Amino acid sequence: MDKNRTYRIAVASGKGGTGKTLVATNLADMWSVDRELLLVDLDVEEPNDALFLSVVPEPAQTQFKMIPEWNSDRCTLCDICTEVCNFNAIARMGEYIIVFEELCHSCYACSGLCPTDALPMKPRRMGELQIAKREQFYFIEGRLDIGQEQAVPMIRKVIQTVDKRQDIPDLQLFDCPPGTSCPVVNAVHTADLVILVTEPTAFGLNDLQLAVETMRSMNKEMGVVINRDGIGDDAVQRWCDASGIEVIATIPYDSQLAYAYAKGKLSWKTNSRLREALEEIIAYVSEKMKTHV
Amino acid sequence: MFEIVIISGKGGTGKTTVAASIAVLEKDNSVIADCDVDAANMHLLLKPDRSKKEKYFSGKTAVIHANNCTACGKCAEVCEFDAVLVKDGIYSIDPFFCEGCGYCARVCPDNAIEMLDADSGYLFESVTRIGSPMAHARLHPAADNSGKLVAEVKNRAKRMAAESAKEYIIVDGAPGIGCPVISSLAGASYVILVTEPSTAALHDLKRLVALLQKFKLKAGCLINKAELHPEMVQQIIQYLEKEKIDLLGILPFDQAFPDAIAAAKAVVETNEHMKKLMASIWENTKSKLKAV
Repeated sequence: MDKNRTYRIAVASGKGGTGKTLVATNLADMWSVDRELLLVDLDVEEPNDALFLSVVPEPAQTQFKMIPEWNSDRCTLCDICTEVCNFNAIARMGEYIIVFEELCHSCYACSGLCPTDALPMKPRRMGELQIAKREQFYFIEGRLDIGQEQAVPMIRKVIQTVDKRQDIPDLQLFDCPPGTSCPVVNAVHTADLVILVTEPTAFGLNDLQLAVETMRSMNKEMGVVINRDGIGDDAVQRWCDASGIEVIATIPYDSQLAYAYAKGKLSWKTNSRLREALEEIIAYVSEKMKTHV
Repeated sequence: MFEIVIISGKGGTGKTTVAASIAVLEKDNSVIADCDVDAANMHLLLKPDRSKKEKYFSGKTAVIHANNCTACGKCAEVCEFDAVLVKDGIYSIDPFFCEGCGYCARVCPDNAIEMLDADSGYLFESVTRIGSPMAHARLHPAADNSGKLVAEVKNRAKRMAAESAKEYIIVDGAPGIGCPVISSLAGASYVILVTEPSTAALHDLKRLVALLQKFKLKAGCLINKAELHPEMVQQIIQYLEKEKIDLLGILPFDQAFPDAIAAAKAVVETNEHMKKLMASIWENTKSKLKAV
């Protein structure tokens, strides 16, 4: 695949539960009628996209992260490893070296700097990756194992897989985790455009402001989608107008849409207001793609 | 002292609404800890005064001093996080991706790399408009949230509870099942799971329950927005029975909730019916808690 032609859209939000998955799944399913595209579920702690999609996944691929494993025969107890680890993931207890896997960031410092090769890096399971394909619709999901603390290594693994595969469409939609910290930063970092989904409440506005600040600090181009319009006020719209952030589309609150979502159903075929909003998003993105180099 | 941790797996199910309501119902005998540090909302409802503010540093970030750098490239070779940038032969560190491991600084033959404390945000100790103490934080946008800040917020809340002899710490947690959530669960006396009858929320709840079972934590569940999918409410109730999780109560899908947020109040302050429902949920929680 010609990497220069890929166009990557991240759907993110700040606040959880504003409608990222609703937008990402309906948009991907609807758009894939016209063209090939890839949807990636990067909310690896709680991946939900697959619940809404009628796709049959290929067998899951186990994903690993690299963790040092102590070799007592080679170790001279020089203490370099415990000293270099900035994450307190290695400790010495008498004549034993203990590795705390959950604290390890897989930086290789202890392993690489060990003078006797007593800490070789070994793969440890952290989660699963699933790939599914249906006509023009490609889907990849990352799923962190329960009890694993760090989402970032899994998110990076999924993005690396997307980057490496040759058979993946140029148009790529990333459904991101909520928040404004490291998981989101890693999920959006390769995106050409970020779509921030929010709701017209004080919570939605507060978290949108944080998300916009985050995206600005990363120099990301972005637009906003207001979901559940009608449940609150117009403060989000006014703030976007005043801050020079384009509101790409507004999805009016509709109880039928909420019921369908609760049942795990896509709504773009039956809900004309949602379809109109998605058409606006597609028109907006298509325009951006024309000028993308 | 009891620590009540309110979490949900999926975002947007009503954690903050529930936490704020309990905080109001128990205002004379509780401390609030907002542990959803990268999308904190509790301050919008409880108006903490931020009377005590301190800077929060989390880990380290590498900086390359160009004057000493000979562009040997060793740093880029060892960095596992693609955080070393090279532009026109000039090396620099991308602070968004630097994990602060310091491997680059250790292998640099010219001592050109310095590890600086990463300024990650602020920690606050406050008194809220309802008179109760509150510990909270503000993470800088795009900063690293390793769960350490969550632990700092909780430690302050515990200290404030001890100093003011309060019986309950009400912890508003983050979505997901990763480090901020695991960190908010450390030391929990009881966990309140806030869910809604939707396919996605139930999926996420199940992953969260599996996490709680790993830590052998006692939990109860509150089903919010019941009208979204009434049949699924029954399905959730059966699931809770099977997993031995207390059913604490059911809340309706009602405009009273967004209206309360718009008024910057907890719903128990704006709606008598919701106040009754929340009070019964909180009484149930206390009775389960004391039976633990």
